[in-house]
Amino acid sequence: MRDLKQVNQKVQENQILANAEELRQAEAVPTIIIEPTRSWLSLKLRDIWQYRELLYFLTWRDVKVRYKQTVIGFLWAIIQPFLKMVVFSVIFGSLAKMDSEGFPYPIFLYAGLLPWQFFASAVSRSGESVVGSANLIKKVYFPRLIIPIASVGACLVDFAISFIILIVLMFYYSIIPTLSIFMVLPLVLATIFTALGVGMFISALNVAYRDFRYIVPFFVQIWMFLTPVVYSTGIIPENWRWLILLNPMTGIVDAYRSAILGKSFEWGNLGISTIIAVIVFLFGLIYFRKTERYFADIV
Amino acid sequence: MPDVAIKVEGLSKRYRLGQYLGGGTYQYRTLRDILTDAMYAPFRRLRARVKQRAVASNPTAMSHQSSADFIWALKDVSFEVKQGEVVGIIGRNGAGKSTLLKLLSRITEPTKGRAMIKGRLGSLLEVGTGFHPELTGRENVYLSGAILGMTKKEIDRKFDEIVDFSGIEKFLDTPVKRYSSGMLVRLGFAVAAHLEPEILLVDEVLAVGDAVFQKKCLGKMGDVSKEGRTVLFVSHSMPAITRLCQRTILINEGRILQDGPSHQVASVYLQSDVGITAARGWPDRSKAPGNDIVRLRAVRIRTEDGQITEAVDIRRAVGIEIEYEVLKPGYVLVPNYHFFNEEGVYLFVAGDHDPAWRRRSRPIGSYVSTAWIPGNFLSEGSLIVGIAISTPSPVIVHFYERDAVAFRIVDSLDGDSARGDYAGPIPGVIRPLLRWTTQFSPNKLRS
Repeated sequence: MRDLKQVNQKVQENQILANAEELRQAEAVPTIIIEPTRSWLSLKLRDIWQYRELLYFLTWRDVKVRYKQTVIGFLWAIIQPFLKMVVFSVIFGSLAKMDSEGFPYPIFLYAGLLPWQFFASAVSRSGESVVGSANLIKKVYFPRLIIPIASVGACLVDFAISFIILIVLMFYYSIIPTLSIFMVLPLVLATIFTALGVGMFISALNVAYRDFRYIVPFFVQIWMFLTPVVYSTGIIPENWRWLILLNPMTGIVDAYRSAILGKSFEWGNLGISTIIAVIVFLFGLIYFRKTERYFADIV
Repeated sequence: MPDVAIKVEGLSKRYRLGQYLGGGTYQYRTLRDILTDAMYAPFRRLRARVKQRAVASNPTAMSHQSSADFIWALKDVSFEVKQGEVVGIIGRNGAGKSTLLKLLSRITEPTKGRAMIKGRLGSLLEVGTGFHPELTGRENVYLSGAILGMTKKEIDRKFDEIVDFSGIEKFLDTPVKRYSSGMLVRLGFAVAAHLEPEILLVDEVLAVGDAVFQKKCLGKMGDVSKEGRTVLFVSHSMPAITRLCQRTILINEGRILQDGPSHQVASVYLQSDVGITAARGWPDRSKAPGNDIVRLRAVRIRTEDGQITEAVDIRRAVGIEIEYEVLKPGYVLVPNYHFFNEEGVYLFVAGDHDPAWRRRSRPIGSYVSTAWIPGNFLSEGSLIVGIAISTPSPVIVHFYERDAVAFRIVDSLDGDSARGDYAGPIPGVIRPLLRWTTQFSPNKLRS
């Protein structure tokens, strides 16, 4: 008897939901106009907002699939950066004796490695993402930008998990975070924008020229050594500094270090990096938008 | 007067030739192509300049050159669909049907023209769009639903219904990579069938899955149209088209050839050389299939009383007759027929067994050969016949004309075919009438 009541209630709820849905649909009968894009720049950012649920589902899929059928699952997100840190600490800290501005090398390294890993995986994953979703692109419409964004989103989850190591390290070396730790949040945003800018550009290029599949891993590796991840900016001769500031990740990685270790920020450098990051982002976005209409034809 | 749901005006899509692979896709270029292109560019410009000088004397040369680089997959297509109308789209492979659906579902952009769509649009160009093999059935229902345009709330609400329709409750938490292809199709269609857009674009999705499930899908499609939704339905299956759609558009070489009541358009399609028919001829020898040794001139499907027909009674024999000319003597020639059913299943091959011409080279002249398929042998449905003539040793295939002719086998309901008095669908590619015996012993039961 109680079951029946519950079922009834459920049915009623569903009906109410259904009615609400119908009402919502009746209110707005959307009219779609299909024609060749005339304006050279139409960003259609509102589209992405409309499809935000799909963005969520695709991100969720990427996260879910990543560690499926692995024995230790999400532990990989911790083990990978941890091992990298150990290896790099031995090579660059103990053997090469890199300057670490007075901090223990492992934590100095990890404070830079953490955002770099996020950036690198976001760039390579979003760069592959559009080609990887070829069968979706050919079969159904949705704003294509969602694909690289979802890839970056999935990397963000790994990034959050690898923070655990940082916390452990900070305990181990008894580094007490200062208020500047909160700077990490805007820095994450800046990293996302830079990674997305590069990712969008590469993913669009990849559709037309598959060569980028082979170029990207190499390019990311080189980029790491052009960024102060294993070394400090201080070891670069003064008159060459401006050159490495053209790399937006220089200022950003440096600032992460300042935020985490509590050293003073180089606001000027961070400002330049942010401006370059915004330019990179806009460039990637515009290039993606300009080429996406041919994706389904050539992917 | 119902509102217009879809309005298409002069819609065109152009692809670059050489990269066009058919079905609305073309090949991607590698960086190397671009680099070689760039290297040859100066020479090309030079050649163009030389040509330009030539054009001065011959103005058609240039325009011919530039238009040959492109292909119009769809050219100047205009039509209107009213709300609640169910419209079929037919045409040969590569006629532009898929391109039309791709344009309307915004997967790719038109080169010219315009289309207006009023209402929420759902497109179903594939069964199981967005399925990820590593995810479970349950997870894929959500993923695929979201990709097809459902909100999470909608999927939550319809989840049980979807699972019910698919009939795979037991495997809901198994990764779909362990599913059989049939199960995948079921789940995929179940998700798609519960989309509730006002306008639905469907491409040939019924070509997959087993017969029973196909029937179920057709039923669901029928329901959809009864609910007053607008449907555009691409199919090769004439029975499905005529059953579901009041109106059909026939597309050929990117243009609309016919637009009208389904049965009318379907018969035009079947009778013209736009479609596949029961009889075909090649009046122009140079365009007929073949080489300088042998040429095919005509193919016909005949009943025992000599009539050319497209529909054959399952109980009667059917003859596939070919007319061909031998243009060069000294070759042993074996005509052979290749039979496929509607789903593309290769049923069998039949080679000419006439003892009079076995291992004997044929003199110049004109020949007519017929192969008889006995009655009460094939199952009902459409058969598509490919025709070839070859020489056995050394092997030479002089020609192979795919999809040369087609005919339908119709089962009678008189009760004297293998169907008996059963009226429902019967699976299987053959339906022989076997000899049955029964022994009866009254009042004697086995202990």
